[in-house]
Amino acid sequence: MAIRERLSGNEAVATAMKQINPDVVAAFPITPSTEVPQYFSQFVANGSVDTEFVAVESEHSAMSACVGASAAGARVMTATSANGLALMWEILYIAASSRLPIVMPVINRALSGPINIHNDHSDSMGARDSGWIQLYSEDNQEAYDNIIQAIRIAEHKDVRLPVMVCMDGFIVSHSVENIELLETEKVKEFVGEYDPGLDTLLNPEQPVAMGPLDLPPHYFEHKRQQAEAMKNAKEVILEIAKEFEALTGRKYGLFEEYKMEDAEVAIVVLNSTAGTAKEVVDELREKGVKAGLVKIRVFRPFPVEELREALKHVKAVAVMDKADSFSAAGGPVFVETRAALYDAETRPVMISYIYGLGGRDVKTDDIMKVYEDLLEIVKTGEVKSVYNYLGVRE
Amino acid sequence: MAKQMIEIRWHGRGGQGAKTASLLLAEAAFATGKFIQGFPEYGPERMGAPITAYNRISDSKIRIHSNIYEPDYVVVVDETLLKDVDVTAGLKKEGAIVINSEKSPEELRPLLKGYEGRVYTIDARKISIETLGKYFPNTPMLGAIVKVANIMEEEDFLKAMEESFAHKFATKPEVIEGNMEAIKRALKEVKGDER
Repeated sequence: MAIRERLSGNEAVATAMKQINPDVVAAFPITPSTEVPQYFSQFVANGSVDTEFVAVESEHSAMSACVGASAAGARVMTATSANGLALMWEILYIAASSRLPIVMPVINRALSGPINIHNDHSDSMGARDSGWIQLYSEDNQEAYDNIIQAIRIAEHKDVRLPVMVCMDGFIVSHSVENIELLETEKVKEFVGEYDPGLDTLLNPEQPVAMGPLDLPPHYFEHKRQQAEAMKNAKEVILEIAKEFEALTGRKYGLFEEYKMEDAEVAIVVLNSTAGTAKEVVDELREKGVKAGLVKIRVFRPFPVEELREALKHVKAVAVMDKADSFSAAGGPVFVETRAALYDAETRPVMISYIYGLGGRDVKTDDIMKVYEDLLEIVKTGEVKSVYNYLGVRE
Repeated sequence: MAKQMIEIRWHGRGGQGAKTASLLLAEAAFATGKFIQGFPEYGPERMGAPITAYNRISDSKIRIHSNIYEPDYVVVVDETLLKDVDVTAGLKKEGAIVINSEKSPEELRPLLKGYEGRVYTIDARKISIETLGKYFPNTPMLGAIVKVANIMEEEDFLKAMEESFAHKFATKPEVIEGNMEAIKRALKEVKGDER
């Protein structure tokens, strides 16, 4: 029987970490992701986990300690947010290229500057090319479920890559909502015992060097292997989602399609805005408008073929980015989604909206405006503006 | 769906416990089997600054993740906010506003920019001082909104609050009785202009 609870997003993620009981957690508290390591340190203090908790002096050190512990063969987790993630940057790449299956909740918040602590996706979107798998979560339930699945994905022998599980700062991290928890025994059974294999620093039978200088004769081959692991991840993510569905009844894929079967206009979006947008889809459907929504769960690896299939029959699509990449040509989700459709024989008109930066609240009215813009494009066949900003004063 | 959802907006000042009250309300509604959201709007975090917190309470899963712009109910934890904040903004006229004040609803209505719905007041200061010996307006306000919005049976509410307080005040059980008394009095003493 699932456990009916009410938890904030931060509590949900910390609870998943407690149930997983990793060998090592190294973390630095940055406001306000502070709560995840803070809750977790309480679990350590009261003995509900036997994790080695390493309180470090910076996020750079947090990720460095995670790399060391993971290289030694431990199951390792941490948590961060915003500028904390930015300070980890250098070591993110080292974790990924060393093929270390570290799992990290990222509470999405704006990168300064201007100084801001509120929600957008500029932190994790900036880390999209670091080699980490990225899962995005609509609410506390999805964040909890993704963390549990992430352990298996990261540690899978065909993958061996670190995973970020992203959720919206404040909107989800600090909002108390209903959630269904698994019993701890079931979580433990699902994630299993970690088998780091033979290549660990603490295996005296097989001495290895980790992270040495990798000059031109081999560097490229290692990066090629890393790319292959990311490619493999797609299949593994789906396999593990199936197992998770058998356990919980909750279905996960590379993305969620909401009322897409016959959709003529659609929004592509990540995280909590998807929930708000579903309300708008329902409202439009009641009026007979064929509106749909695609919520991307797996952004790394990017589900190119699958998104192409999901979107190719739609007439007009708006891709929503809660981060600006300052390419002067749309946000990262837009650019990649539009590129995914390039090889399709028929493809929708596709426009970009950058929205919600620095915690600007996203209302149902805002989403309604996007669908109205799409419907206008379908009606007139004319695209007035490809690159748009939503809910900003200008 | 949206139709059976109650949306509540709390206005308070930093340090008065409006956020805590919204979380306690979420907890009590959760205990009676509802789907809930309780979340604050984080601004400058300092004592005395106006703060806003929100609740959604529904019979089905809540998917919307925005602030609340057209609340069914508004709770004003600090009367002085009536001058500074447009507390009735978007408030549905079928709904109601509950204000912490020693004044009567009729006296305060003129300050509410023509709001046509029901107006309630409760003297949370008096109740708090008499039951807790200190000024913690949030628990009386919580009792008042539960009564006004008819969110749940009083008996279920009191049971849920006792459990919440037992958990929240595990290290200082001596304040549980006073808080329970504050809530019970609020349920009785909230008075309304229900024209």
